[in-house]
Amino acid sequence: MEAAVETKSLSRVFEPKKKKEGKSVTALDSVDLRIEGGELFGLLGPNGAGKTTLLKILSTLLLPTSGKAYVAGLDVESQFSAIRQKINMVSGGEISGYGLLTVKENLWMFSQFYGIKSKVALQRIDEMLKDFGLSEKKDAKVRTLSTGERQKMNVIRGFITDPDIIFLDEPTLGLDVNASRVIRSYMIDWLKDHPTKTVVLTTHYMVEADELCDRIAIIDNGRILACDTPERLKKMVKMNTTLSMDVTRLKDAAVLGSFSGVENFTFTEDGDKGLTRLRFVMRDESGVSDIISAVLSQGSRIESLQKTEPTLEDVFIKMVGKGLE
Amino acid sequence: MSDGWIIKNLRAVKGRAYPRVVGAQREPSWVFFEVLLPLFTVAAYAYVYQFMDARQELIGYVVLGGAMTAFWLNVLWSMAAQFYWEKEIGNLQLYMIAPISRMSILAGMALGGMFSTTVNAASTLVIGALIFNIAFHVVDPVMLIAIFMVTMVALYGMGMMFASLYMLFGREAYHMSNLLTEPVYLASGFYFPVKYLGVFAAAGASFIPITLGLDALRQLFFTSGAGDAFLSLELELGLLLGLCALFMVLAHYSLRYMEYLGKATGRLTLRWQ
Repeated sequence: MEAAVETKSLSRVFEPKKKKEGKSVTALDSVDLRIEGGELFGLLGPNGAGKTTLLKILSTLLLPTSGKAYVAGLDVESQFSAIRQKINMVSGGEISGYGLLTVKENLWMFSQFYGIKSKVALQRIDEMLKDFGLSEKKDAKVRTLSTGERQKMNVIRGFITDPDIIFLDEPTLGLDVNASRVIRSYMIDWLKDHPTKTVVLTTHYMVEADELCDRIAIIDNGRILACDTPERLKKMVKMNTTLSMDVTRLKDAAVLGSFSGVENFTFTEDGDKGLTRLRFVMRDESGVSDIISAVLSQGSRIESLQKTEPTLEDVFIKMVGKGLE
Repeated sequence: MSDGWIIKNLRAVKGRAYPRVVGAQREPSWVFFEVLLPLFTVAAYAYVYQFMDARQELIGYVVLGGAMTAFWLNVLWSMAAQFYWEKEIGNLQLYMIAPISRMSILAGMALGGMFSTTVNAASTLVIGALIFNIAFHVVDPVMLIAIFMVTMVALYGMGMMFASLYMLFGREAYHMSNLLTEPVYLASGFYFPVKYLGVFAAAGASFIPITLGLDALRQLFFTSGAGDAFLSLELELGLLLGLCALFMVLAHYSLRYMEYLGKATGRLTLRWQ
């Protein structure tokens, strides 16, 4: 069966405009990926990992430096016009459109770039505004919308053209829980109603990736480090134990990462509560007592201690060597 | 049955023209800038001519030139440089991934721009004529409409060609537009008959469609226009038709090449350049 997206040794290098402005940057490095039709596929990675570059190549906005990329079986370099008939894309924090126009007018305008008959477009706009809880805002000027409302409008813009493959680049970035939930629900329902269509999503949010995606690729420094279902990815760290500890502020938290059995260690400071949150991915539990002793020896008090099953975040830390935050 | 390529692109033209048409109505402050500001420059030249006891037609030439500046500014800032702004707000990438010709997006901008700018230019013309007591004698209205339309198509065709360059520009777009604004007022003879620049300079300036368009419009609006003309009406119409074709073809290839270049270098979607 033809893949919705396929890349073969795909690389992209950005050269500086002038030599004195620095070195070239390898944004993608020999990426091999296959996304099947009907999948909700997630690309998970930190800033600068290459997620957006990959989406730009797949959405025909950027050329690869080497390697090949196919969307719906079509070559992004030579068959970009045919690809454009089948795709759409939405980015998080997008400010596209015109503030002078109303929500309905903006959506209608973009629908016209896809040759949709006005009558059909206006009917779809009404339906989708309802689905996204934006009906009351249809005659509001775009410049008066809140961030969440605006992003809902952007997502409607992407789906209104009924694409075979939609690329969503951090679509819920910076949104509140409600707006994010509406967008996520819509994606799931859309795929349920259109089982052959494909969503390719990049995200920063582990929970979002875990909850939504059929498969996830973890990407860092332009390389795909792992690609599988969330369940299988989590099994990759099944042998490890995650130990989470909230302690009163530590003088030197970094030292805790060096104990035996610790495979990965991260910590964050919670200034409001005066706590240090420690997170250990343990190969075995041999070093737990040493860690506890070290915490206590710094005069700190353990407020909570929890042993947890691996999450996608643990997988990410194992693969990338650091958390997303 | 799915619609054909032409119908789809016509819808795109209509879609992109729409914000231009309604925008002018929703932002009345634009009228102040686009109608009244040109009148200040017109007034300056008109008073100089009056002070010199010049022919009344010369003041008419200035009013007509002042009205036509609206089109030049619209082409330069709202058509060519527009792609730079569209890139900054994220629209350009959405235009690029849309399954239509880039020319349709630009044609939409042009048609919408032409509509609102014609209203503004006509207002400048009427107000200027009333203030300075200008009498227009249109002898051949059909030719007048033909010259005006062909000038617009050629001028906006040139704007489309420039737009392809602006696709890659960063902030230097400002400088480019500034650089082109004032010299063209001089080269195209916005405030005086272009033939007084001399044959070679006027011939060079004729690559800017508004030069020939203005020269022809003056011949059609004023009885003494023919005496101040650089070329005959028929020749100017022919040359303008040639410029229409030239700029449309150049715009097509230039847009294609610049899109390729933008995709290769990554500058097509690169903001804050």
